[in-house]
Amino acid sequence: MKFIDEYRDADAVRKCARELARITTRPWRVMEVCGGQTHAIIKFGLDELLPKGVELIHGPGCPVCVTPLELIDKALQIAARREVVFCSFGDMLRVPGSATDLLAVKASGGDVRVVYSPLDAVKLAAQTPGKEVVFFGVGFETTAPATAMAVYQAARKGLKNFSMLVSHVLVPPAMEALLNSPDCRVQAFLAAGHVCCVMGYEEYIPIAATYRVPIVVTGFEPLDILQGVIMSVQQLESGRAEVQNQYRRSVRREGNRPAQQILREVFQVVARKWRGIGEIPASGLGLSDAYAAFDAERRFGVSELRIEEPSECLSGLVLQGKIKPHECPAFGARCTPEHPFGATMVSSEGACAAYYRYRRAPVAN
Amino acid sequence: MQTPLDFRASCPFPIQNYPQVLLAHGGGGRLMHQLIGKMFLPAFHNPLLDSQHDASVFEVGGQRLAFTTDSYVVRPLFFPGGNLGSLAIHGTVNDLAMAGARPLYLSAAFIIEEGLPMDTLWRIVTAMRQAADAAGVAIITGDTKVVDKGKGDNLFINTAGVGVVEHPWRIAPQSVQPGDVVLINGDVGRHGMAVMTVREGLEFESAIESDSAPLADVVLQLLKARIEIHCLRDLTRGGLTSVLNEISEGANRVIQVEEKLVPIREDVRAACEILGLDALSVACEGRFAAFVPERDAGRALEVLQAHASSAGACRIGRVTDQEGAKVLLRNAIGAQRILDMFSGEQLPRIC
Repeated sequence: MKFIDEYRDADAVRKCARELARITTRPWRVMEVCGGQTHAIIKFGLDELLPKGVELIHGPGCPVCVTPLELIDKALQIAARREVVFCSFGDMLRVPGSATDLLAVKASGGDVRVVYSPLDAVKLAAQTPGKEVVFFGVGFETTAPATAMAVYQAARKGLKNFSMLVSHVLVPPAMEALLNSPDCRVQAFLAAGHVCCVMGYEEYIPIAATYRVPIVVTGFEPLDILQGVIMSVQQLESGRAEVQNQYRRSVRREGNRPAQQILREVFQVVARKWRGIGEIPASGLGLSDAYAAFDAERRFGVSELRIEEPSECLSGLVLQGKIKPHECPAFGARCTPEHPFGATMVSSEGACAAYYRYRRAPVAN
Repeated sequence: MQTPLDFRASCPFPIQNYPQVLLAHGGGGRLMHQLIGKMFLPAFHNPLLDSQHDASVFEVGGQRLAFTTDSYVVRPLFFPGGNLGSLAIHGTVNDLAMAGARPLYLSAAFIIEEGLPMDTLWRIVTAMRQAADAAGVAIITGDTKVVDKGKGDNLFINTAGVGVVEHPWRIAPQSVQPGDVVLINGDVGRHGMAVMTVREGLEFESAIESDSAPLADVVLQLLKARIEIHCLRDLTRGGLTSVLNEISEGANRVIQVEEKLVPIREDVRAACEILGLDALSVACEGRFAAFVPERDAGRALEVLQAHASSAGACRIGRVTDQEGAKVLLRNAIGAQRILDMFSGEQLPRIC
């Protein structure tokens, strides 16, 4: 496959691994922010190729995993209503709420559908005027422009039967929250390439400077990731802390301006709870006042629902990079993809699911 | 004397499991295996069923017969490279073929939703007739039911099949030996992606065609060439991943597969890449895995490659002498990972 195979070339990957070993003189800890990167690392076994002492910490960049339990419960309540067609991206369906999940709501008669684009939900609303179509708007800056466009189009078309349960989150505030944590272990970041396709990387420059931490905007294929680690280690070894762009074939410094414009039009920055981490100020996107009529929480009266996270799941520590998935006592025994305690075990991008699916046990060094 | 069934016994599913059947219970992954293992197998328990093969093999009047059944519920009814009718023949013929049987007779039961256009039904029936002729089987009994509109998805078809077993071997996971070579008869993932791209309205430059095909003839050719076949299984729901895991579990041997040896067509890889699916876990309807001893592997490949249905046959791995139920996949980089069954269905991911 053109533009994919080149970045998975075995010889080039091994060459990168040798280069990384050559330039590394001390142990370093690099966090990959995005769940897509975590999966690529474990799937391709990239962490096995790293020189001793270079550790990859898996970050909080899986949109499914960080969606708070409270919001899942709101989704379940709305999806169970008779008049509602509840549309979601596929991987949200299996995420457990307090008592059940969307798949079970579907089995009980709820109309829950997987869509590939939020615009499909808008189309559905136009076609089925007798139904309330609700879209579950989840994800980082990557998916937010498409959901913003869906709301924008619904407004333009004057659709009264379309609304959105919004749980969009922003990467930079989460990185700062991690860096502000007193036991932060992260020495450098691989920033999420696709988030930066939309947002560019100017907003990371003050973070790199303030916290003296190298940030390398990185892609998702094996060569991208290894190159991102090399660039991080080069900075760490020479005492630099800058923002660099490894993923130049997709990311521009200023990002995608029209996408940012639609975000500003439809959303406003709000405080947001992160599953396993807690509330982070100014870390999410919510519908702006002009589009408040499309807010499913208000429409279905679930705004006040408050749910506390269960204590047995250690996904918060996993999401903060403080423990590896297999270090959780429940991992693989009481917590499995069939009976997940937390979203990190459910989502195809969750770190626990990646370890369970590809590895089950730590790799011996 | 048989122990009477205890009808007071509660549902065998423990309380923490799903109290209702989910779509994922039919997805070919771990949930479906749990449902079969915890409910159907204990309820119907007998030595023939417990072998859990695609078709059961038993003896009647000195003749070994194979018997199987399958229901077909694909949506859309027509897809590039096939339709519900051809699928209903190929699937059951192939289940018989996986026991090394020569398929003879099929039954066909139709559950039709009120309102289905006669013309649609006729096209399906015609396709069944053509597929049955091509596979050398006759449909000798059947059943027709019509359900209320909204109570069925256009049309469901069930077929059962009987075949005759003319070889002396036990073709089953339990016959798999350390050192056996794993062969597959062509590229994987095409049927599932053909159906999915139509169902989801995804458009590519050219349509991905299903690999749906009858496999009985090519299996009979292998047997005629006196290949010592240890196990056969068609790569249907759950794809190659589920099949290898099932056989590893049945044989209690670790199976080692080389990722770069598994053929996947470029358009299938691209569609999977876009949807975030793993082609190795996507269903095929004309592909199977064969476990044969090393000494027969070369000849088996020659027989397969000479047959139109299996021109792309190749070896993809081997059975190790390590005990345990596990499939290991080595990628091009040389790193090794577990090839695990999906929990329920593969779900397209967010980004």
